Amino acid sequence: MLNVDNLVVSLRNGPQILRGVSFGIEPGEILALVGESGSGKSMTSLALMGLLPPALAITGGTVSLGGTEITHLAPHQRVRRNCGKVAMVFQEPMTSLNPVLRIGEQIGEAVRVHDPDAVPADRAKELLDMVRIPDAAHQLSAYPHELSGGMRQRVMIAIALACRPQILIADEPTTALDVTVQRQVLGLIRDLCDRLGVGVLFITHDLGVVAQMAERVAVMYAGMLVERADVGPLFRAPLHPYTAGLMACLPDPESDDPLLATIPGAAPRAGAVPDGCPFAPRCVRAASRCRSGALPLVHGGEGHSARCHFPLTAAASA
Amino acid sequence: MGRYVLRRTGAAIATLIAASIVIFAFIHLIPGDPVYVMLGDGATPEQVARLRNRLGLDEPLVFQYLIWAGSALQGDLGQSIFFETPVTQVIAEGAETSILLAVITMFWIVAFGVPVGILAAIRQGTWIDQGLSGLAMLLASVPTFWVGLYLILIFAAGLGWFPSSGFPSVFDDGGLYNLRYLILPSLALAAPNAALILRLTRASMLDVAREDYVRTARAKGIPPYRVVLRHILRNALLAVVSAFGFTFAALISEAVVTETVFALPGIGRTVVQSILRRDYPVIQGVILVIVCLYLIINLLVDLSYRFLDPRVELE
Amino acid sequence: MRQLLLTWTRPAVSRPMTAVGVLFLLTIVIFAAASPWIAPYPPDLIDPVNRLQPPGPGHLLGTDHFGRDTFSRIVYGARLALLIGVGVVLFALATGVPIGVLSALFPALGVVLMRMVDVLMSFPSLLLALGLIVILGQGVFNAILAIGLIYLTTTARIVYGVALRLKAEPYVEAARSAGAGTWWIVTRHILPNMISPLLVQASFVFAFAQLGAASLDFLGLGAPPEIPSWGNMLAESRIYITRASWLLLWPGLMIVLTAFSLNLVGDALRDRMDPRFREMMRR
Ligand SMILES: Nc1ncnc2c1ncn2[C@@H]1O[C@H](COP(=O)(O)OP(=O)(O)O)[C@@H](O)[C@H]1O
Ligand SMILES: [Mg+2]
Repeated sequence: MLNVDNLVVSLRNGPQILRGVSFGIEPGEILALVGESGSGKSMTSLALMGLLPPALAITGGTVSLGGTEITHLAPHQRVRRNCGKVAMVFQEPMTSLNPVLRIGEQIGEAVRVHDPDAVPADRAKELLDMVRIPDAAHQLSAYPHELSGGMRQRVMIAIALACRPQILIADEPTTALDVTVQRQVLGLIRDLCDRLGVGVLFITHDLGVVAQMAERVAVMYAGMLVERADVGPLFRAPLHPYTAGLMACLPDPESDDPLLATIPGAAPRAGAVPDGCPFAPRCVRAASRCRSGALPLVHGGEGHSARCHFPLTAAASA
Repeated sequence: MGRYVLRRTGAAIATLIAASIVIFAFIHLIPGDPVYVMLGDGATPEQVARLRNRLGLDEPLVFQYLIWAGSALQGDLGQSIFFETPVTQVIAEGAETSILLAVITMFWIVAFGVPVGILAAIRQGTWIDQGLSGLAMLLASVPTFWVGLYLILIFAAGLGWFPSSGFPSVFDDGGLYNLRYLILPSLALAAPNAALILRLTRASMLDVAREDYVRTARAKGIPPYRVVLRHILRNALLAVVSAFGFTFAALISEAVVTETVFALPGIGRTVVQSILRRDYPVIQGVILVIVCLYLIINLLVDLSYRFLDPRVELE
Repeated sequence: MRQLLLTWTRPAVSRPMTAVGVLFLLTIVIFAAASPWIAPYPPDLIDPVNRLQPPGPGHLLGTDHFGRDTFSRIVYGARLALLIGVGVVLFALATGVPIGVLSALFPALGVVLMRMVDVLMSFPSLLLALGLIVILGQGVFNAILAIGLIYLTTTARIVYGVALRLKAEPYVEAARSAGAGTWWIVTRHILPNMISPLLVQASFVFAFAQLGAASLDFLGLGAPPEIPSWGNMLAESRIYITRASWLLLWPGLMIVLTAFSLNLVGDALRDRMDPRFREMMRR
């Protein structure tokens, strides 16, 4: 369905932020994109949306949806050309809704564009019901500041669904929410994916929620995908030392030790990414050949691959 | 809502009272006996006695203030020394000119400042934007009276399109056609203020354009012009509306000069002439009325702002 | 000092318009400092034979209704422009900064002081200045006080806002809880961080002081008529505008270009400022 092929995003006349990212998403499937903050997850999603900030541009690769290339099209151009649609739920529910417009108007606006035949108010109410907002008819006339963070994020999901997307991107949709609310919103996304058959790109920096949410996982580091796998194999036998490091940071349910492990060092800033493997400076397994040249693609079973000279599971090789 | 209006009105009244004390103190701050200050040195003893009695000058200052403020509340701002008529009448005679001038000027400011500011913001970084922003800053640096003199030189003395001075009432012969007397003055008066509104509109459009909710709006796939009108402009105008009180004050200040340049029979010129004639009751009265007006307009701007922005808690 | 110099020169280099503005301001300073050597005639030399001469070889920018040389008067006018600008800025800073800082540090005092500032701000600025002129009488020094009073209010407001923010900064709070005295906090944490907002404010005040002084001169309530200020030159030329329109051009241009240059500099400084404070310096 969605196909991202060797996507490169750069600062205008500057360093690359995304350095050749490829993945695909099928209808009804959830792909989790995992990585530390600053690794380029949000820029990936904005590039797919055609909404990169003015300072950034797609300088290589393609994005196609249902066979149509949509790489350089902004959302309104995609509407005009009647091609497939990508919709997005943003990270910050508190600032992502227009403070002076009622909820109903903000949803209705999307309905009018994507569902010209529907009655906006009716469809908006239907959408609010779909995202399980109680008393939907009444909430249509509420202003964003009258809703809680969790409710606002549901409204954001409703707006995204109003676009009738084939692909839904959720960029850390629950980072700003309380734990209980988090679980509800995650459940909602999972459920909508199953029910509506949309493909979901689920972005998170928390490997913990990945297992509950996704079928497949892509791990991003410094603007590169370092490992891709189905959830099961990834947790059972990660190939890339970075992935293993992320897992070591997860709280262990069987131990009471509150101290979490962390990967020593910090991720490189865009523009200061070293030659060779970007993770090498922080990697205990790194050797001299990690510090220059291309990285081999190693395999660890069906659909499981990583870019590493010294994968943790020796079984595989290119 | 009611509580907010009440609290805000209360604050305005408190400011008005404080301002009235300043205006009252003004006459006592001028060196010399207030009576001779007001009547001039050539005053007859009867005149002096009458005024002394009327102002209650033998009473303590607090009483004098209360007498003055009390009669002001009843619409009695005293007597003009030069015209020998009530100050309220002097003000009333200038009111038509000044109000019409302010309204027409405000029209130019909104009609040019806001749309051109939007244009500059939409074309941010292009030569259109740089040209317009530069022009705006230039206009904001120009004295209104200098613009006024050039307008007279070109459009009145040179081309003869508009009269150069004076303003016959719209109730006299000529009716609304007499408004042509106010075209040049209002343009001169509007120039720097429209420039400020232009800059403010542009700046707040650019601020709002960076907001997350604008990205949400774009993500919906609605056409760019609707993103600008419905999402960016609407929020940007909140800041512009809140600047109207400030604009009004600037307008009054500069109207004093503009009315003098164009010899308009308005309140502003009355103030200047009264200062030159040392007609203190008129100065006091006019300033009190203007401060009052300013506070009312600011109050209205504030209240309407709260109406426009649903985030503000009104309870 | 080096830092200060850089804050003033760096924006000029990156923006050609601003650079031109800075050059113009330098010209004004040179005019003021070296007027007797630059001006071909004394500014008040009356020459009835050559009155209202258009610009030409003998008189570069023509002569006025007394036959005085316009160029010479323009050059000498730079002195008053600088005097007014510097005077107003100094007055506004010397009064506005203490009011703003004290109000921020002592909330109880702040309520009273800022309320008083509000009251002053409810008078349209020119009327406030005119009122003070009526009380003090006409004169250059009094014009400075009158215009300074207008910018006392805006300066106090801005300083108050900035000082409140600085006071809430973690390192200032830490210093306070560690027992640092008020004077220490003000001189070590608040004033040093206020330099760039104050520089911006100073440029704008300097610019608008030019316009205010010109208005007072034009109304006949500013500098005494014998002083060659640009505003006075405009006021005197008013009745000759159809006969000698160049008299209107030069002094007006000097006022406009001075204010414009200062606004450009202020804008450039503001754009390089800490974004937390930039918001407050609008307009
Ligand atoms: N407007 C921008 N200008 C310059 N660099 C940017 C901009 N936005 C993001 N970046 C850089 O892009 C990289 C990826 O950021 P982002 O996609 O937001 O990370 P994530 O969402 O994974 O936390 C970061 O290193 C960040 O510094
Ligand atoms: Mg992000």
